[in-house]
Amino acid sequence: MSTQDTHGNGAQSRVDLALIAEMIEPNARVLDVGCGDGDLLELLARTKNVDGRGIELSQEGVNASVTRGLSVIQGDADADLSDYPDNAFDYVILSQTIQATRNPRDVLLQMKRIGRRLVVSIPNFGHWRVRLQLLWSGEMPRTRSLDHNWYDTPNIHLCTVRDFVLLCEALDLRIDDAVSVIGNRAKRVGRPGSIDNLTAETAVLLMSRKSEDKR
Amino acid sequence: MSERPERQADRRPPQGADSDAMRFNAVSAVAHFGPEAPLALDSGVLLTPFQIAYETYGTLNADKSNVVLICHALTGDQYAASPHPVTGKAGWWLTMVGPGLPIDTDRYFVICQNVLGSCMGTTGPKDIDPATGKAYGLSFPVITIADMVRAQAMLLDRLGIDDLFCVIGGSMGGMQTLQWAAAYPHRVFAAIPIATAARHSAQNIAFHEVGRQAIMADPDWQSGTYLNDAKNPAKGLAVARMAAHITYLSEAALHRKFGRNLQNREKITYGFDADFQIESYLRHQGMSFVDRFDANSYLYITRAMDYFDLAADYGGVLANAFKGTTTRFCVASFTSDWLFPTSGNRQIVHALNAAAANVSFVEIDTDKGHDAFLLDEPEMFSTLGGFIGSAAKRRGLPA
Repeated sequence: MSTQDTHGNGAQSRVDLALIAEMIEPNARVLDVGCGDGDLLELLARTKNVDGRGIELSQEGVNASVTRGLSVIQGDADADLSDYPDNAFDYVILSQTIQATRNPRDVLLQMKRIGRRLVVSIPNFGHWRVRLQLLWSGEMPRTRSLDHNWYDTPNIHLCTVRDFVLLCEALDLRIDDAVSVIGNRAKRVGRPGSIDNLTAETAVLLMSRKSEDKR
Repeated sequence: MSERPERQADRRPPQGADSDAMRFNAVSAVAHFGPEAPLALDSGVLLTPFQIAYETYGTLNADKSNVVLICHALTGDQYAASPHPVTGKAGWWLTMVGPGLPIDTDRYFVICQNVLGSCMGTTGPKDIDPATGKAYGLSFPVITIADMVRAQAMLLDRLGIDDLFCVIGGSMGGMQTLQWAAAYPHRVFAAIPIATAARHSAQNIAFHEVGRQAIMADPDWQSGTYLNDAKNPAKGLAVARMAAHITYLSEAALHRKFGRNLQNREKITYGFDADFQIESYLRHQGMSFVDRFDANSYLYITRAMDYFDLAADYGGVLANAFKGTTTRFCVASFTSDWLFPTSGNRQIVHALNAAAANVSFVEIDTDKGHDAFLLDEPEMFSTLGGFIGSAAKRRGLPA
């Protein structure tokens, strides 16, 4: 679940991180799930003075993060979120990682339980280039953000932006903000629609619980 | 009235320290606690009088905010970065403690105390029981990890140090670190338990029992009264050390270092001499240990580790030991450590997460087993150095 595993290229990830950072209020308590080498946590600590924690699957990513002075543990989104108490964080972030989890629905529910707000970025499998590749070549699509063969990809639960929005609705998650990323350009869309489902390479969504009593 | 440790007369430069130790202002001291300051033990006994021998390195800053407490392991001592007075060997943590090292003596004031029950200056079973005029032996009260930590806190009170920038220790030192964080959360800014566990496992109690039985089976042990007859159960203690030493290593490291290599001979001798290098090595480890360690101290300290079960003191829920803590934690384990495996260290991390504590957790890839925390492990230095440096910044300590 390290960012190196799932991110196609560096430029893409930088845009992604900057967008997420924009969504975070200063001085918040933040958990970054799948934090890689800690780039986002360091950015948030520097620009937003957050109280940041991270979980990372790869030991190299963890050790690199801790060496940078970040509070990061080795663990994974599927198994380790259940440790945390309710409302432990203001934000729980899952950047380019949900498609690599074993049970994305449970991961979202855990995030909703421990965090007041959720920030999730996903590679969009509904992008037109992905659709065309499958249509024309008849082979599993490979893009710059999903650059693996079908048999060795860590991305076992790919979805489209629309798929993701439908799941969030089913889980009583309200979408407060969304950004569609195309190359190095980002567009604020509020709530992603079918055009975004066709054009976004990556979508970043800020969500919160629809009601406090439903968890 | 007992002598105060801060008095110059009570202090002496460490023996043989003319180069390394002088560079970071090493000071040896002993603090005496008389009848006015008894130590209340978990067993209900009030221990008095008692004393604590300790070393300090570096300089205490004006607001006393730069104190690092190093907690030593079972057979360790206060000589973390200064030569051992008996063996003359260099300090046991010179890889971690010194100018520019992760525990930077140019920045921090480092204290390392000999634990209660040990034999390097702090009161233990080899000392004279004032009630009888003879060595305590087995009449010394059984002590716990919490007792050790309580005694350490009394020394800090005596030194006028309210809180610690950092508590760090491996193995039994890690147990003390956890106990510090649980018992005195407001006094611990950062805690680094290394290669340890929140409770001693059945397997580890079993190994300790083998060691204790080896000591007690030695006729010279004399039910613990050997010091009165100027004897030493050296054979039993050596066997205890040999058995324990195996648990500090790993199969891979043993194979790498020794394999089935023969010791100064071409072929096996069809006898019980030390044919193999590993046998010779273990015998050496055993025999050199008895010169510096007291057999009864070994019994008492292993018992303290056996009794350690932090969750038991908090309703059986480890997370409750850290409820509301503001301490920053960094837990570290080693891949080949089967004595205090990563799984046990991870349980500490789970509990800290459940308490919403600020925690880092690194597992260092090495084949050197449990002893790795004492050895040259660059990844341990870089990760712990990063954690300590970041904590120092948060605490506002100058770089």
